[in-house]
Amino acid sequence: MSNRTKLSILVGISILLAVIFMTIDVGGHWDYVLPRRGKKLFAILLTGTAIAFSTIVFQTITNNRILTPSIIGLDSLYMLIQTLIVFLFGSTTLTMMNKNFRFILAVGLMVLFAGLLYRMLFKKEGRNIYHLLLIGLIFGTFFSSLSSFMQKLIDPNEFLVIQDKMFASFNNVNSDILLIALAGVLLTGIYFAKFNKYLDVLALGRDHAVNLGISYDYVVKRMLIVVAILISIATALVGPITFLGLLVANVAYQFLNTYRHKQLIAGASLISFIALVGGQLILERVFTFSTSLSVIINFIGGVYFIYLLLKENKSW
Amino acid sequence: MKKIYLAALLIAFSVLSLFIGVKSISITDIFHLTGDQWEILWISRIPRLISIIIAGVSMSIVGLIMQQLTRNKFVSPTTAGTMDSASFGIMVSMLLFSSVGPLGKMSVAFIFSLTGTFIFMKILDRVKYKDTIFIPLVGLMFGGIVSSATTFFAYKYDLIQSMSAWLYGDFSMIMQGRYELIYISVPLVVAAYLYANKFTVAGMGEEFAVNLGLNYKQVVNLGLVLVALVTSVVVLTVGSIPFIGLIVPNLVTMYLGDNLKNNLSHTALLGAVFVLACDILGRVVIYPYEVPIGLTVGVIGSGIFLYMLMRRKSYE
Amino acid sequence: MVKVRGVSKKYGGKMVVDRVNVDIAKGKITSFIGPNGAGKSTLMSMISRLITKDEGEILIDDKEIGSWKSGELAKKISILKQSNHINIKLKVKELVSFGRFPYSQGKLTKEDWIHIDEAIAYMDLGSMQDKYLDELSGGQKQRAFIAMVIAQNTDYILLDEPLNNLDMKHSVQIMKVLRRLVDELGKTVIIVIHDINFASCYSDYIVALKDGIIIKEGTTDEIMDSAVLKEVYDMDIPVEIIGGNKICVYFR
Repeated sequence: MSNRTKLSILVGISILLAVIFMTIDVGGHWDYVLPRRGKKLFAILLTGTAIAFSTIVFQTITNNRILTPSIIGLDSLYMLIQTLIVFLFGSTTLTMMNKNFRFILAVGLMVLFAGLLYRMLFKKEGRNIYHLLLIGLIFGTFFSSLSSFMQKLIDPNEFLVIQDKMFASFNNVNSDILLIALAGVLLTGIYFAKFNKYLDVLALGRDHAVNLGISYDYVVKRMLIVVAILISIATALVGPITFLGLLVANVAYQFLNTYRHKQLIAGASLISFIALVGGQLILERVFTFSTSLSVIINFIGGVYFIYLLLKENKSW
Repeated sequence: MKKIYLAALLIAFSVLSLFIGVKSISITDIFHLTGDQWEILWISRIPRLISIIIAGVSMSIVGLIMQQLTRNKFVSPTTAGTMDSASFGIMVSMLLFSSVGPLGKMSVAFIFSLTGTFIFMKILDRVKYKDTIFIPLVGLMFGGIVSSATTFFAYKYDLIQSMSAWLYGDFSMIMQGRYELIYISVPLVVAAYLYANKFTVAGMGEEFAVNLGLNYKQVVNLGLVLVALVTSVVVLTVGSIPFIGLIVPNLVTMYLGDNLKNNLSHTALLGAVFVLACDILGRVVIYPYEVPIGLTVGVIGSGIFLYMLMRRKSYE
Repeated sequence: MVKVRGVSKKYGGKMVVDRVNVDIAKGKITSFIGPNGAGKSTLMSMISRLITKDEGEILIDDKEIGSWKSGELAKKISILKQSNHINIKLKVKELVSFGRFPYSQGKLTKEDWIHIDEAIAYMDLGSMQDKYLDELSGGQKQRAFIAMVIAQNTDYILLDEPLNNLDMKHSVQIMKVLRRLVDELGKTVIIVIHDINFASCYSDYIVALKDGIIIKEGTTDEIMDSAVLKEVYDMDIPVEIIGGNKICVYFR
């Protein structure tokens, strides 16, 4: 089966799932149900694509298929920001506060953090990228130490508000934020377009990329910033889904078996859409499960990932 | 630093630790304690001191063993998924055998942390790129995956806030009748002492060890069992205390070099002093409240770890 | 012409390359020789901008490498390091086609394909061009990488220990190809090489380094001399003429 066919199949499944998602159990309340579900579907599409795209780019830059961009501490920082707001101003503020403002604040802080981290590390020559990741990860631990501490101090009712934030949810995305997020993703995408052609070459590793005329440091720094922006937007939009990217990127590598990033990114985005919409459908219609989709995805992603790690593999 | 200074410091901090707390007991009261004061000392302060010392010593020693076995300075129960697996085990035991006593809980936690550590070692075997920085990165990712599984179940069964008690170490809950389990660590640390040299040899690699006539598998397995046992005991009694097993041995090798036999007693002493100091700090900093040890060590420990990472020469 | 002027590189306080000056002749094979840690590979990496230099100037066709656009430089000079582990699954032909990236930025034209096919033919890889790299032996893989560099079609070709881990047959094969590149296509080839006898038999010029300094440079004939080699390697190396080539007999 050629990759073109495989991708068409993925598109087919995606459309099918989207139609089912929009039309199942409507019960005649079309004008009420459609816009609500449409928003949800759109949020899924946006985050799914952003995460899939940034994970593939990130793994290409790091030349490693077992890493995910959220590990540089962005998830923990997001939680810290949410906890801090509740801790300082109480849960009423978190719910009352202008949502657009909160969204932009969270994205801004996360991008700022990533930027500072990169700056600090790229100042010195010869630091390898794993250094950056490990330091980011330790910052992550640091942030979550702080959040856990504050979570201990606040009362259980307020804790529930934070707990909601801990897990990604597509349910309460409001349309203003969706538009802001869409604008953010699109602008980042346009900015990225000129770097697109470098991805295949970057996969060969630094030395080959430099030899073939890529200004490696310049390009990689900008790509990392794009990755950070996209992950921040996705996280601030729905909450952390740490292992979604890992899951879909690796499924895409296995399914498509190519090095061409155009196909890989398209494939991973579709797979991520299918996983999220399919997961949401099963969750809502089949199990009526009391758990959040992101928790399940993290769980499945994690298990699949350990399987990948333990099975014979040459790509890392 | 000479051993004798460390010992003096340990004694000084221990005394200090006994006389800090909401209920004031002055050191001058020592010879005419009222029944009340005596009871506080006996029920709460002394158990606390003992568990701090044991936890500090055993976690540091265990970290050192792991570093010897993997030949990697940045591997420790925190960076190899051992701690996360232990927490996962505790969650499972709470879920399935809620009536079981602490010893039963410990057994379950032990089985999980041992399995987790074995999986990590297995992953290490498979990883081609054995970069010093990359290995702990993989370990931390692995830990993240395990804890995402913990979150999955905890969320489903509404255990999140009660789980967080185990996830962050806290000595304030230690009192007579609730901490004795930690004594199990004592013979384990002794065993570690006896086997120290063999761990060093095993760390040189299987071929090297077998060539020297060592039963490689047996020694490695013994080491991992020790690590897992100690970790689960500590996580169960105190909660998880990150980074001790990582930074204490590293601080010692910084000024003593790599000979394990010499380092053991220093590591043990420094571990106790370090945890004790952090505990005292946590108790005075927002007096009369206290900061749990998991957080204090989390903050200070991640700070020190970051420093160690940054000062590593970039071309190594 | 490649001109190196006062170039240094320091790693953690240690001078690995120390104010080196050297000119590399066009249309010739120049070999860098010297003991381990002499700074050969570091110097080569600096000439090919893989690592930055701490001080000095490197002029490629009279323009400092810093002021070349990286993309333009990639049409002028190419480098192949000794370890070429690649994470992705690639066919030989796909790998070679990457060599055209500086010209077409990934959108291959007809002309690109001509170069790719030529490079494959040049390295005698036609029968295995659709095989995956990880199915090849070490020597075949090395040839595939060299084919990529040939497809890149640069005036200067830098190879860091191209014979590393190859058996005699493949070593000779690769050195012959390098010779042909120079003689037939007028390329300039610079190699780092450990086997002094290969350097002697195939290169036009030799640059001998030790402790980050150039000890001696000159034609192959000048360098292949017991007195010079003793200075470079700190050992007695008798040189004999066998079949018209100077051969070092240093084994006993």
